[in-house]
Amino acid sequence: MLDLAKVRADFPILQERVNGRPLVYLDNAATTQKPQAVLDAVAGYYEHTNANVHRAIHTLGEHATQAYENSRARVARFLNAPAASNIVFVRNASEALNLVAYAWGSRLRPGDEIVLTPMEHHSNLIPWQLLAKRSGAVLRFIPLLDDGTLDLSRAPIGARTKIVSVTHASNVLGTLVPAAELAARAHAAGAVFVLDAAQSVPHMPVDVQALDCDFLAFSGHKVYGPMGIGVLYGKKALLEEMDPFLGGGEMILEVHLDRATWNDVPWKFEAGTPNVGGAVGLAAALDYLEGLGLAAVAEHERALTAAALGVLADLPGVTVYGPQGERGALVSFTVEGVHPHDLSQVLDQEGVAIRAGHHCCQPLMRQLGVVATARASFACYNTLEEVQALGAAVRKAQGFFSQVMR
Amino acid sequence: MALEDLYREVIMDHYRSPHHKGRVEGATGDVEMLNPTCGDEIRVSFRVEDGRIADVAFQGRGCSISMASASMMTDAVIGKTVEEARTLIAAFSELMQGGAAGPELGDLVSLQGVARFPVRIKCATLPWTTLEKGLTAATDGVGG
Repeated sequence: MLDLAKVRADFPILQERVNGRPLVYLDNAATTQKPQAVLDAVAGYYEHTNANVHRAIHTLGEHATQAYENSRARVARFLNAPAASNIVFVRNASEALNLVAYAWGSRLRPGDEIVLTPMEHHSNLIPWQLLAKRSGAVLRFIPLLDDGTLDLSRAPIGARTKIVSVTHASNVLGTLVPAAELAARAHAAGAVFVLDAAQSVPHMPVDVQALDCDFLAFSGHKVYGPMGIGVLYGKKALLEEMDPFLGGGEMILEVHLDRATWNDVPWKFEAGTPNVGGAVGLAAALDYLEGLGLAAVAEHERALTAAALGVLADLPGVTVYGPQGERGALVSFTVEGVHPHDLSQVLDQEGVAIRAGHHCCQPLMRQLGVVATARASFACYNTLEEVQALGAAVRKAQGFFSQVMR
Repeated sequence: MALEDLYREVIMDHYRSPHHKGRVEGATGDVEMLNPTCGDEIRVSFRVEDGRIADVAFQGRGCSISMASASMMTDAVIGKTVEEARTLIAAFSELMQGGAAGPELGDLVSLQGVARFPVRIKCATLPWTTLEKGLTAATDGVGG
């Protein structure tokens, strides 16, 4: 069980008031707030340690390098990666996925197939579209059933499949994807398996060896860490086979890449001065999350999600999207007669921050037959009272719009 | 800021019962645009006769602000010369960036509150940008 009062006290921003109301922050799938431990780690790094890494022959340079490499080892432990050298620091999950699409994708040939799902975030769609365009490879999609789960029986994984890249947890529907099963099918077909874990890593234990991922991507800022730091996990042999991300004959290679860091994995993929402060902050965030206990966090978020589904189900004219059963810590919904933008605006007046829009999933929105949805997404510090506040604010929006629309 | 300052009665009137919803017969311009922040879409068609906008209409799916703005825009530009319409588009854009409300804006001033909600400005300006794009395309077409 989480000590919720204590957890909330760890996050200074939760004391903010918005439009005269206490902040009810339910946009955690977009980015989470940061605990004091992360703020202190980042400030502490800049106050006591800051120097450029890897080449400085002076005390601070050594300390900064140590701090950076310790953070890498911390991430490796968090994912149960075999070694720190499996961990490439990038800006965010998008960059990690682009890295794979360029550096691994360069071997694709016309007619090769890349298998995705229709509910990918644009960050796990556009890099593959670009790769398909460059290579002549073809995008195939695992069909999505009406209940928001994947129809694995019709997964187009076969002899031509070279890459299977899927989200671990949908940022719109909350659908949890059976990653280990898809990894096994990808490997049976001789393909590599890429997992976009941006929405799963903050909410559940993710073990790259148990899942047998070839690559895994996540963003630090969605898991209580700073913005601008993200992670690509890759199997060592694959990372070693790959060209540098910014290589491939583009001129940017010579402008940006530091040759001294090319020789070995993972530095081969980390051109230029890295975000050392961000890496230190991310390590502190993972310490914090494991300190709370991922199982306890998951249990708490399950309760919040179930409560939100209950509150919304009780409201007339509200449609909830996504699977009925097990799902991630978020709920997408629409309210009859109230556009999601308008809904979000009214909720903001009540201090309730949700997301409204296409959530970087335009193809999925088309399949759902909506232009946009509202989305409430949860984190360790949210409370059941906040879920009630969401329900009350939605009712208020309905009241406001039914009155003005009379 | 109270919700009523954003959702003014005039705006909600237009949202509830939009004017000139549909497509113009014999359109000389017909343009569709998307609001990338939310996926809202709008299509504006119009017919220019002797340099004047003889008719204009819109179709689309969007929030109250974008739909009301589209409806009010159609009222405002019908009968205007293309040049007058362009001037109005510029004045409306100014208004949305927090500029002063000139007398030429009329009822459109009720959308002034939108300027204080930066993320909603695109909602309000989308129909206008769409019309402007259509007018430019039509002019280029005529002028070669």
